[in-house]
Amino acid sequence: MSQGTYAPHSNDEIAQMLDYIGVGSIEDLFESIPDSVMVKDGLNFARGISETDVYEFMSQLSKQNGSTDNLICFAGGGAYDHDIPFATRSLASRSEFVTAYTPYQPEVSQGVLQAIFEFQTLISRLVELPITNASLYDGASALVEAVNLSVAQTGKQNVLISKGVNPYWRQVVKTFSKGTGHNIVEADLIRGTTNWSQFTGEGAESFVQKDNEDIPGTVVVSYPNYFGVLEDIDEVRRWSKDIGALLVVVYDPVAMGLLRSPGSFGADLAVAEGQVFGTALSYGGPYLGLFSCRQELVRRLPGRLVGRTVDSAGKTAYVTTLRAREQDIRREKASSNVCTNQTLMAVACCIQMSWLGKSGLIELARRCAIATDYLRQKVLSLSGVNGSSDLDHFREFVIELPIDAEAVVERMACEGFLAGIPLGVTLQDESYSRSLLVSLTEKRTRSELDRYVETLEKVIS
Amino acid sequence: MTDSNNDSGQLHASKAGGVAKSVPLLGSATEPTIFELSSPGHRCWSFRDTQLPEDLPQTAISPEHLRKTPAELPEVSERDLVGHFTRLTHRQYSVDLGAYPLGSCTMKYNPKMCDYVANISGLSGMHPGTPAFLSQGWLEIMVRLEKLLCEVTGMAAMTLQPAAGAQGELTGLLLMRAFHDSNGESRTHVIIPDSAHGTNPASVTLGGYSVITVPTDERGCVNVESVRSMIGPHIAGIMLTNPNTLGIFEEEIVEIARLVHECGGLLYYDGANFNAIMGKVRPGDMGFDIVHLNLHKTFATPHGGGGPGAGPVGVSSRLVDFLPGPRPIELGNGANEVLEHSNMDISNEPVTTSLRFDWSWPERSIGRVHSWHGNSLVLARALAYILYNGSDGLKHVSEMAVLNANWLRRRLSSTYQVAFDRICMHELVLTTSQQKRDSGVKALDIAKRLLEYGFHAPTVYFPLIVDEALMIEPTETESLETLEALASALEAIAKETTQPGSKEVFQSYPTTTPVGRVDEALAARKLTPTFDFVGE
Repeated sequence: MSQGTYAPHSNDEIAQMLDYIGVGSIEDLFESIPDSVMVKDGLNFARGISETDVYEFMSQLSKQNGSTDNLICFAGGGAYDHDIPFATRSLASRSEFVTAYTPYQPEVSQGVLQAIFEFQTLISRLVELPITNASLYDGASALVEAVNLSVAQTGKQNVLISKGVNPYWRQVVKTFSKGTGHNIVEADLIRGTTNWSQFTGEGAESFVQKDNEDIPGTVVVSYPNYFGVLEDIDEVRRWSKDIGALLVVVYDPVAMGLLRSPGSFGADLAVAEGQVFGTALSYGGPYLGLFSCRQELVRRLPGRLVGRTVDSAGKTAYVTTLRAREQDIRREKASSNVCTNQTLMAVACCIQMSWLGKSGLIELARRCAIATDYLRQKVLSLSGVNGSSDLDHFREFVIELPIDAEAVVERMACEGFLAGIPLGVTLQDESYSRSLLVSLTEKRTRSELDRYVETLEKVIS
Repeated sequence: MTDSNNDSGQLHASKAGGVAKSVPLLGSATEPTIFELSSPGHRCWSFRDTQLPEDLPQTAISPEHLRKTPAELPEVSERDLVGHFTRLTHRQYSVDLGAYPLGSCTMKYNPKMCDYVANISGLSGMHPGTPAFLSQGWLEIMVRLEKLLCEVTGMAAMTLQPAAGAQGELTGLLLMRAFHDSNGESRTHVIIPDSAHGTNPASVTLGGYSVITVPTDERGCVNVESVRSMIGPHIAGIMLTNPNTLGIFEEEIVEIARLVHECGGLLYYDGANFNAIMGKVRPGDMGFDIVHLNLHKTFATPHGGGGPGAGPVGVSSRLVDFLPGPRPIELGNGANEVLEHSNMDISNEPVTTSLRFDWSWPERSIGRVHSWHGNSLVLARALAYILYNGSDGLKHVSEMAVLNANWLRRRLSSTYQVAFDRICMHELVLTTSQQKRDSGVKALDIAKRLLEYGFHAPTVYFPLIVDEALMIEPTETESLETLEALASALEAIAKETTQPGSKEVFQSYPTTTPVGRVDEALAARKLTPTFDFVGE
């Protein structure tokens, strides 16, 4: 072949190998495929091209995107434009991490195993819950698995989810509930916070009066919520405990530098999107789901778990453990079908959290909060822009615009800004068509914020 | 044809590039955890000067929300951080170091070019909430990849959302359920071969179905008579891997498809072993209705130590309306020629009316399965890999993968028993039950010993229906020299098992790796999943 190939065989070697196998041609190796279904004329697309041409082609496509190269990012909603320091990028792209498989042979996989062990420790310290798995696919899949675990534990199919939880994640939960049969009930919001009273009345009474089957065994709340608002989680814990429900708290890992942890609220399970620590925006993936829980739930933990042990000489070693829970052993009796995790992203997360350290995480969260407060005050002072001024926020807030939010995003893009997430789109709700979710990270400078406000004023007037 | 132990065994072994015999520097040392390297006041972090106020106004966040005790993240210098994680990489096997013949895992070489593609800032620096008119490049990548994967599999359309093979399986089963529901049918059971990956039955359960297991016949294929006896109006479908986990092509697939379709069921294709058949046969032509692919296997995206992957799911035309939404679609002409290069730069004045690509929701969609659009950067790598190989190159990939597996099968068949000794596809399954009977040395011991020869071990004890199984998938990217070195190592190990006292000696292996045989029982009995963990 004149074109490139990653298969190393020379023509002579191919002939030698066929001869050794005892067949006359490559085609003979495929003889067991019925002739009636064989591909006759080859696949109907172009022949191969050089690496240079492939790279150039992909680069050309990338230039049709509005990336952080050419737009200052104020969009969030579950994915955030945080800085990724060079040390994290360099270490996480080392090929021993990138090209390894799942650590089935622990004797030659100590690098990945120890990094995951450290990752599990870091996340557990972050959320103040003792058990953290080796990660799941993304925030949404972590929430699905939390709901599945909780339903299996409580035996109650009813799941009550605040509409303050990321709308895409809620959609994913509903999709997978079609297989499991879970009954997903959503609690509406009033002015940015969850209106639990439609279910709880004056506390837990209205639940308690219901038939036992109707009482939710699982309650899901987000802190901060999708709109950046800090809700009263202590109150949710009080009544959810009264009805015997497990509490799942969706959190923002960056907020843990400043805000209370799910563990401090008494959460049974805590899940999050881990992209914020060391993973690029990447147009939505690959990211990683963070999953933690109380110790009593460990036997139902989905995905992989790394534990510390010793080798035959008594030396410290790491290994995936409690494997008997996993799908490849339990097969149809498994409570999760997850085989793997997002190890490479978990390793990057581990490196990034170590780069931040104790004081860096606090500083990162503080910087997000300071930028949020600064921008929020300025934007809300614009005439025609409204928003709640009495709620506590972290890193994100909603503004009500005098015109369609999608149109604002389009016009702001011409001025070099990705202005935010138009909520009419993500919530699929017309009543939010003039609502824009604006997000901040430590990367945003005062001059960027000032120009954002000026540009927004121009665009809406 | 010559005897399998001819001189070709040592012919090129000294030149084999796939053998990782180097051991870590100071290999017997342990690496402390990052927590033990922590020292108060040390730090890496620095942030840009934003010119924003230094302090957070007290009014911004009420005191009851503030964390009382800071998270104890380690305090290390950047130099110590880099040292720690670099030393960890020296304790880790990888494809870049040597051959990784794990059966059913397709641990092929991951092209460096694709790493660079994934790092193009216009791709990696894209917020997933960016509106379609500013995401035309990404949408085109997805549309093109979908078209190419549809052509390779013979399916009508594909969702790129599933983040991994297992998530693809569950998505596929929900599609199966949505299809039957739309016909007003409540079917209850899915047929799965006893050789199937464990994920299959787990996914079936989570899809709300019950499993019926069909046995394997003496040729290593699904027992068609059993399938015939199982089908009925309660059957939602059948899940097959073809070639199956024994590395054997299901020759009766056309008849199986006829039987399942006749009773109103659907055929699900588990793409775990797709690397064997590209350009040779397509699941769609075999009669499959739902197909998932593992881009991290067949399409060479790196496994990352156990993720990320991507598990796109393709469907036949009657299932397209049920696919997860939103789907990237092509609006007009323009992207039909797969290799047409575009010189369109991003405009300063976006004009939404000239969109070439957009998002759309299938009419009866099962809903979203991913937080955003799927593992996009994995998708970009896969597209780059397919463009590089082209239609002819992908066929060559499968041919060489099958050639390598058959060469190993032929070579090893005189030393080990091949579970089903006939022409195989991309992988072969050996049983070491003879060695176990003669010496007490188990498949696991042989796998551990192989680590010391500089190879990663094959998959052990799978498929479950083969006693003392060693499942070997060399992939197309290992050279003849590497295959010879691997075969020689396995032959030498077989010889070692015949030595007196080999059982005890083998149980002490490996000794030259960063750690010796790991005590897995202790890990489970005395659970220590974090540095801080205090048991009950």
